[in-house]
Amino acid sequence: MAAPAAIRRLDALPIILVFGLLLLLFMATAPNVFLAPNIYTTFLSTLPPLILLAMGLTFVIGAGEIDLSFPSVLAFSGFVFAILFKEYQLGWLAFLIGLLSGVLVGWINGLLVARLGIPSFIATLGTQFFWAGMATVLSGGKSYALRGAEDSSVWGWLVGRFQFGGDDYAWFNQISIQALWTALIVATLWLILNRHRFGEHVLFIGDSNDVAQVVGIDVAKEKIRLFTLMGGLAALAAILLTLENKNYFGNQGQGYLLLAIAAVLIGGTSIFGGRATILGSLFGCFIVMVIETGLVASGLEGSWVRTVQGLVFLVAIIFYLFVDEPQRRAALWQKLAIGGSARPQP
Amino acid sequence: MSTGDVVAGSGAAGYQHIVRLADVQKYFGAVQALKNINLAIGRNEIVGLIGDNGAGKSTLIKTLTGVLKPSAGRIFIREEEVDLDDYSVHMAHKLAIQTVFQDKSLGEKQPLWRNFFVGRQITNRLGFIDIKQEKAIAEEILKKAIGFRGAGITVESTVKQLSGGERQGIAIGRAMHFKADLIILDEPTVALAVKEVRKVLDFVRRIKTQGHACIYIEHNLAHVHEVADRLVVLDRGEIVAEVRPEDMTVPELTEYLIDLQQSH
Repeated sequence: MAAPAAIRRLDALPIILVFGLLLLLFMATAPNVFLAPNIYTTFLSTLPPLILLAMGLTFVIGAGEIDLSFPSVLAFSGFVFAILFKEYQLGWLAFLIGLLSGVLVGWINGLLVARLGIPSFIATLGTQFFWAGMATVLSGGKSYALRGAEDSSVWGWLVGRFQFGGDDYAWFNQISIQALWTALIVATLWLILNRHRFGEHVLFIGDSNDVAQVVGIDVAKEKIRLFTLMGGLAALAAILLTLENKNYFGNQGQGYLLLAIAAVLIGGTSIFGGRATILGSLFGCFIVMVIETGLVASGLEGSWVRTVQGLVFLVAIIFYLFVDEPQRRAALWQKLAIGGSARPQP
Repeated sequence: MSTGDVVAGSGAAGYQHIVRLADVQKYFGAVQALKNINLAIGRNEIVGLIGDNGAGKSTLIKTLTGVLKPSAGRIFIREEEVDLDDYSVHMAHKLAIQTVFQDKSLGEKQPLWRNFFVGRQITNRLGFIDIKQEKAIAEEILKKAIGFRGAGITVESTVKQLSGGERQGIAIGRAMHFKADLIILDEPTVALAVKEVRKVLDFVRRIKTQGHACIYIEHNLAHVHEVADRLVVLDRGEIVAEVRPEDMTVPELTEYLIDLQQSH
């Protein structure tokens, strides 16, 4: 049975196929957009923040936890970076401090969850409000335009464009460098999830805290690391977003909450923890983004986008529930089988 | 911890007890789960731990193996006192104490090879796992130590796919591989078919002939009576009796435990 084994190894295959089909669909409904290169180079600059968030969430959800605070990191760390970069002209130091601010937020989340034992849903809901509020208070609700940022080396190295000569606006001169950094981070995190001790610990913790403890995993320590990683990635996303837009908005994190969580769950990471896929999350991001662009390009009103994304999200979760959690599926059938034995056991 | 931990103590001479608990207490809030536990396990004896649900058997084992920290008391391993602030599952592993917890030893959704090594992975200095080596060793354990003839079970199978007996086999095989001096079995025969029970009991006997000790927690008195050298009876967090199997038949023992329960 070599073929199924090979397919099982590529656990993201179904989601890659779904992405391929969606792409074909939109190529048919909006050929002038999806058959031209520009839309793809645009993705290369707009997708990285979402992908970074989804990567962190893959670990968090894989460990059976959740982080709802990252939209506020997009605001808070974005603000820290923006003010240090613009008002204090700190350049790379602004980048470093901005990154650390997210690490700090994540670390605090970790402490709340692992040391105080507050369920992560509640803890990070609380910190979401706190840091979003903090960003608003500190910024006075102002936004910061980073005019002239493109002259700095920070901009060039983080969100610059590869230059291949010729017309500046040609598609091949619009390939963003953050796509490269994001690809490197994705590859590294893939290695960590699948090949590193930390990744294995995350999955065992997601499987069962009890088992993880019994086999000798320091569950609290690993959870703190987990949330710290998430905070750091969210901060990097915040900085890339701020630089790419050359503007800091207080509400720049809005909208990412559903998108990032949806991307991870559409990708096939188990909502119950214990199973996580980096590749799946990556393609989950692609799907979420291509739906957004594709619907609009196909002539649907923008207001439909969230509705369809939500629908796809639900369908994906139900699909995985049925494929991967047979005992839960059986329980669902039992609940639905009013009057008892009429329904066949799947 | 990098490559497969060096197993401490197997050859260390001059100790009489592999483990000894002195006046160990454990509270959960105001509830006292363990009262003045004094228990010593010889270096190659099989000690059966029996008692009703909630008697404190699991708490005792978890305390002994570093999962739970005792509220008071002292623990000696090979006659050396353990620093309780520093004691952990990891430390217990290093001291060659292995536990097979009922239903709680294996990660359901994870492949067998990860289950064998989790908590003591074979890694390089950066913490990356040597997957090839881990799989090869897991394969060998699967073939040799446990004698798995089960249809289509490989190191890539997830625990979910295994029967109850196969799970115990995996957990016990893991303990054997890491050369434990003391193996603790927490109700290993629960939910097993008769044939599989025999395998587990044979394994328990083998622990002793190989010069190692075993603490065997069991509900089924016939099973534990058959293999244990000594039975320790736990009731409401206290050790209330010690029985030699040759002094009491299984029906007598059953009678005794029922009386004990009714005295509550």
